[in-house]
Amino acid sequence: MGTFCYFPHTEEDIARMLERIGVKSLDDLYSDVPADFIYKGEYDLPSAMSEQEVRDHFARLASMNRKLKVFVGQGAYDHCTPSAIPYLTSRSEFLTAYTPYQCEISQGTLRYIFEWQTMICRLTGLDCSNASMYDGPTAAAEAMRMCVACTRKRNTVLLSAGLLPHVIATVRSYAKYEGTQIIVSDDLAGGISAHASDLAGVIVPSIDRDGIIRDLEGLAEQVHAAGALLVEYCDPSALGVLKTPAEWGADIAVGDGQPLGIPLNFGGPYVGFMACRKDYMRKLPGRIVGQTEDAAGRRCFVLTLQAREQHIRREKATSNICSNQSLMALWCTIYLSLMGPEGLRRVNGLCWERSHYLHDELLKTGLFDEVHEGEFLKEFVLKPHIPAERLMHALLDAGYFAALPTAEGNVSFCVTEKHGKDEIDGLVKTVRELAR
Amino acid sequence: MKYYDKLIFELSRPGRTGFSLPAAEGGMPVGGKLWRGSAPELPEVSEPDVVRHYTNLSQMNFGVDTGFYPLGSCTMKYNPKLNEEIAAMPGFTGQHPLQPKESTEGSRAVFEELDKALAAITGMKRFTFRPCAGAHGELTGLMLMKEYHLGRGDLARTKVIVPDSAHGTNPASAACCGYEIVVVKSKADGLVDVEDLKPLLGPDIAGIMMTNPNTLGLFEKDIKEIAELVHGCGGLLYYDGANMNPLLGVARPGDMGFDILHLNLHKTFSTPHGGGGPGSGPVGVSERVLPYLDIPHVSGFHGNFTVMLRALAYILMLGRENIRMAGRLATLNANYVKESLKDCYRLPIPSVCKHEFVFDGLLEPNGTTTLDVAKRLLDYGFHAPTIYFPLLFHQAIMIEPTETESPETLDAFIEVMRKIAEEARTDPGLLHSAPRTAPVGRPDETRAARQPILKYEA
Repeated sequence: MGTFCYFPHTEEDIARMLERIGVKSLDDLYSDVPADFIYKGEYDLPSAMSEQEVRDHFARLASMNRKLKVFVGQGAYDHCTPSAIPYLTSRSEFLTAYTPYQCEISQGTLRYIFEWQTMICRLTGLDCSNASMYDGPTAAAEAMRMCVACTRKRNTVLLSAGLLPHVIATVRSYAKYEGTQIIVSDDLAGGISAHASDLAGVIVPSIDRDGIIRDLEGLAEQVHAAGALLVEYCDPSALGVLKTPAEWGADIAVGDGQPLGIPLNFGGPYVGFMACRKDYMRKLPGRIVGQTEDAAGRRCFVLTLQAREQHIRREKATSNICSNQSLMALWCTIYLSLMGPEGLRRVNGLCWERSHYLHDELLKTGLFDEVHEGEFLKEFVLKPHIPAERLMHALLDAGYFAALPTAEGNVSFCVTEKHGKDEIDGLVKTVRELAR
Repeated sequence: MKYYDKLIFELSRPGRTGFSLPAAEGGMPVGGKLWRGSAPELPEVSEPDVVRHYTNLSQMNFGVDTGFYPLGSCTMKYNPKLNEEIAAMPGFTGQHPLQPKESTEGSRAVFEELDKALAAITGMKRFTFRPCAGAHGELTGLMLMKEYHLGRGDLARTKVIVPDSAHGTNPASAACCGYEIVVVKSKADGLVDVEDLKPLLGPDIAGIMMTNPNTLGLFEKDIKEIAELVHGCGGLLYYDGANMNPLLGVARPGDMGFDILHLNLHKTFSTPHGGGGPGSGPVGVSERVLPYLDIPHVSGFHGNFTVMLRALAYILMLGRENIRMAGRLATLNANYVKESLKDCYRLPIPSVCKHEFVFDGLLEPNGTTTLDVAKRLLDYGFHAPTIYFPLLFHQAIMIEPTETESPETLDAFIEVMRKIAEEARTDPGLLHSAPRTAPVGRPDETRAARQPILKYEA
């Protein structure tokens, strides 16, 4: 040995260690494994590569991906990432740490989670937050489970058809195997009255899949009158300017932290968030960090309310969740620290004016019809005169990912602060040329 | 490590900014019923404030790059730096998850290569990469178990068998999937009691969740008989991949009769734990479960893609040659530590272990507990082992040194563990009052739970 850079053992080391153990060979350490299970064939893997070969291999794969200007959202938003974030999150004290069980030597992790929880509460207006979830859709699924747990014996959850398709699909999957009934409808009032006696919760988007900001006035009252919980699925970046879930009367807020400067990453890792009113604090899934003191009176932080969790409660736990998405929660916490209230307002302001500019310029081409009248922030749909699929693929050939077809045959666009007027003009010009 | 007491909110000054963005022209509405009345109270800090604050926080953290983690069932191996370089390549990070196939050939090739490699390593047919963590993989695997039975029109299978030594996530995941839990006991030798298992099997059993080697670090050598019995009653075998590391390059769960397996890429395949995620928990299946693999939609898009990049980079570095040593060296390290400490710590099961083993506290505790030993280790610059798990032993200390730890590191750990055993005999106060060199002492956890403070308030 001593020939592979991640394994420290020399031949002499191995011999000395085997002697202490009292066996003759490494294979003797597997004498309890039935011989026919010891794999004797050659593993069907490539031959070991050098670091440079691995680097070249991935550079080649990366070059097989098309580099595109992204004008689509639908759950993944191409916002700017300040340099300080990857720089700080790649510090190995953060990156290579375990879950903060040994709190005395994990105060760094515990503190940033406490900061994250605070920021999520301030964005949503709600009382408490957990340490984060895998992503937005799984956070929505956990919220669905929480509604059922909080209302006891009720087993139907109503989903707004305006939620993003991947959110609905994930909630449906979680519900299917646990035996919870899911109703997807855009007639929320009708759905609430039709299922009132069994209704555990209602999940609605703050901004729907067509980009429209939803007016939720009066909804919380209807949901609560039926004895159910209201869950709002939100874009945390947009919460910098939009009415909060607390103001709309929601009991639980969930969503994906990705718009807070997390790169697209082909879908992950992102991070889910979840906040709720304090009445439901002990029903929250996952890790929660709390503040306390040590014997010397120093402020410190610990994982708390662990009586909810799987390692204590096993099958009676509120969820099977074991980790959070810690490093990505740190990512968003640093993002929100850098942005502050004014930065977040500016991001939204730029998204608003640039997306409206694209919207108006596209309409001017005469190639689209308007679909909705409601207010939008950065994402919108239009009805194209040419087939939606053809438009998207033609734009792809021109270097844009834009005009994603929706189930209704419309096309979806999204503009963030990353794209300036010149790029938007370029996109519009390409659309005009395609129509010729 | 030095104590640093600030929270980012305490550095905030009105009007200070840490962003660099052009001014907006002001078209966005400022009022109205859809809009927020007042801005969220986020910190107002400069970029230098932020960088220094989080650097200071990081310095209160222990990590694999700082020191040794003998953390059982967690496989805290070295996280290669090449992996980070690859995970940050813009050609991968700039890809939108909904881009049409023809624009994402490179990323798709990553999935295909990793799928093929994991299938070769585990003996399973194919993997789904949507699960974002080990427990998430378990949940997905149980969904697949349910799909399999539903697909056969077999609706009577409502129970899942879980050994008493299982990770807590096993019963929790099965419950989240709507299953009733049946516990099978372990024998005195720490292995699943086949005689206890037999009467549990029947037409209501969906399957069994096994960890092999189990949480005591012991290979379930009756696995062949267990597989025959469970399959014989119409159930499936689930493999909890948390303990896959000792089998890496040695044996394949697929050959043992397992139908569904999850792997923890952040354990066995060297991707960093990140202080508790992001991980990745791909699920592999045997031929009979293959038709159902893509049915559960358990996360938003394609899973934690950049974690997969890291895992594939590690596998390519290992190659078919070095992989043969990975599990063997992990097992060597574990047995070496066990044999070097068994005269000071109670070893309830003396047989050869795999990648980890469990002590049941000190031989002569003299009023000290496993918690005291764990906290005293922090004073000597080591992370603590996993403690009070598995539940079979009251003072459990579960130790897993991975293959990337050198004999010198292990010797230093052994020396400290022996010293702590000696301190327990001669000066137990040193253990009770530990840690004393960490940034903070033991926190008041009762107070944290009774009067929860879960967010900052000025």
